[in-house]
Amino acid sequence: MSTQTQPTGIHAGPAATPAVEVVDLVKRYPKAKVNAVDGISFAVAPGEVFGLLGPNGAGKTTTIGVLTTRVRKTSGHAAVTGIDVARDPVGARSVIGVVPQRPNLDRSLDAKGNLVWHAAYHGVPRPRRGPLADELLERMGLSDKADTNPDELSGGQAQRLIIARGLMHDPRVLFLDEPSTGLDPQARLFVHDRVAELAANGVTIVLTTHDMDEAAKLSDRVGIVDHGELLKLDTPANLVAGLSGSATVDLDVTGLDPEQLRHRLGAVRGVAGAEVLATPDEGPARLRVRVEGEAGAALPGLLEEVTTAGGRVSDVGLGEPTLEDVFIDLTGRGLR
Amino acid sequence: MTAVTETEPFRRVSPGRAFLGVLGRDVAVTGKELGSFISQVLVQPFFLLFVFGKVLSELGYIAPGYAQLLLPGLLALNAFLVAVQAVALPLVIDFSYTKEIEDRLLAPLSTQMVAVEKIVFGALRGLIGSLVMIPVGYLVLDEVSWDLSGLPLSALLLVLGALAGGASGLVIGTLVSPRRINIVFAVVITPLLFTGSTQFPFLQIGSLRWFQVICALNPITYVAEGLRGALTPQIPHLPAWLCLAALVFACVLFGAIGIRGFVRRALD
Repeated sequence: MSTQTQPTGIHAGPAATPAVEVVDLVKRYPKAKVNAVDGISFAVAPGEVFGLLGPNGAGKTTTIGVLTTRVRKTSGHAAVTGIDVARDPVGARSVIGVVPQRPNLDRSLDAKGNLVWHAAYHGVPRPRRGPLADELLERMGLSDKADTNPDELSGGQAQRLIIARGLMHDPRVLFLDEPSTGLDPQARLFVHDRVAELAANGVTIVLTTHDMDEAAKLSDRVGIVDHGELLKLDTPANLVAGLSGSATVDLDVTGLDPEQLRHRLGAVRGVAGAEVLATPDEGPARLRVRVEGEAGAALPGLLEEVTTAGGRVSDVGLGEPTLEDVFIDLTGRGLR
Repeated sequence: MTAVTETEPFRRVSPGRAFLGVLGRDVAVTGKELGSFISQVLVQPFFLLFVFGKVLSELGYIAPGYAQLLLPGLLALNAFLVAVQAVALPLVIDFSYTKEIEDRLLAPLSTQMVAVEKIVFGALRGLIGSLVMIPVGYLVLDEVSWDLSGLPLSALLLVLGALAGGASGLVIGTLVSPRRINIVFAVVITPLLFTGSTQFPFLQIGSLRWFQVICALNPITYVAEGLRGALTPQIPHLPAWLCLAALVFACVLFGAIGIRGFVRRALD
């Protein structure tokens, strides 16, 4: 970073070039009937952690694919640190680090070899490669795995090694595609901590996830994506605050048509909105009701409505609205 | 704009360095498994050499001097086929299952150059596979005598043959699906093995015209014939200029198709 003249951060002025800029991006795969990405626009400030939240198939990975020069856009504009990724993919590759959705470690090399050779691809001078690899292995808690073949690493260890690899050439923007999918809770937490640490060090991060907790916890701003479109973009707090209703009540109900019940509950006094979360073939349907004021205060009225309609409540959950509720409010369905 | 210094890439890597990095990885991996690589490339030609060059000629079924004809053919065969296999098989697996090549596709290097690296690397393996045949030939065969003044031309022919092999490997590796790679190898490699004029001089099979035409389509023919012209000129052979021209043509043709195929597989 020696040539960087001034420290950049989220508070950098409006004149600063966005770390990532996407304008009206469209991607249609050959033979596909619909656009995988359908006119997405957003900009990420230097030093920001930006999350793309949406269900599988929403277009998150394709957007990342275009930004990381692996997917050719159909139209629109995509740039990293001001470099147009379509016009100058080679230039773009030198400023980005990529953590793909599927592990793609080089199994012909050991863990440290993966880092050292990655640095070689990126022209890091030979004497710096080894010490840098050791340092990153240490930071990722992998010092004792330097000689291990990637095949023998656990899922969490492999993911940390992939993150370390993405950092070997000191990228300005790190892209993380579903960074903790498939990891056990502990490994997931470790990855989250590392991402937070990188963000604290000023690395711009763009991550995708279908996990609302992850998006809310890690991101400065979250873009909610569905069917290739960006539905809403704001800080997690603002997104949730924008919802009507200040508490949620989840009800597991048997003996009623969930859609009809949803309409009935929506009409109950103090209710801001109701959605069907799940309708399993067997067992109770789950509905989520957003209410004004205290969840406990609204509960008797809701239970009474269900009983009057002839249904039976088998479980109740009280909570606060989350990003998932924002998504449900926007799309009418859950994230998974 | 005040932020101009920031918009410029802060460290533009020269493509040459990135290319050498990617090539270095392949060479280092080969170096680690050099023993198994050498034995892999030696077994088949060794037995061909031993049975046809030694056993059958000792028994009198094959005229003395046949070994002299066979050895350049086997050098040609290995240069081409080892290069084909070094590129094709790993690429099929990389693109379909392991995706291990992705990290190299993200190197600051054009995707076309990553494809060229594959060809160059395959050619290096082909050259090694070919050169290790020389000491083996001298050890197994009794009567090998080469016209040493033909060595520079031989080196050029082997390099071109190995590059053509690497380019052909790129074509196969990017066009064939993993489920078909076994069948493709069986129906492509074996005919290449026997139609490359490696075990017979091309000009003397004129009585089998149709077979001669098929052999003329196999790039190995031009390596083998060129080597005979350079090392054992007493055996009838195709002229050197024809061999060189045919090999350059093969490199350009397969290189162009292979690089296109590679870019198609690498980018969505």
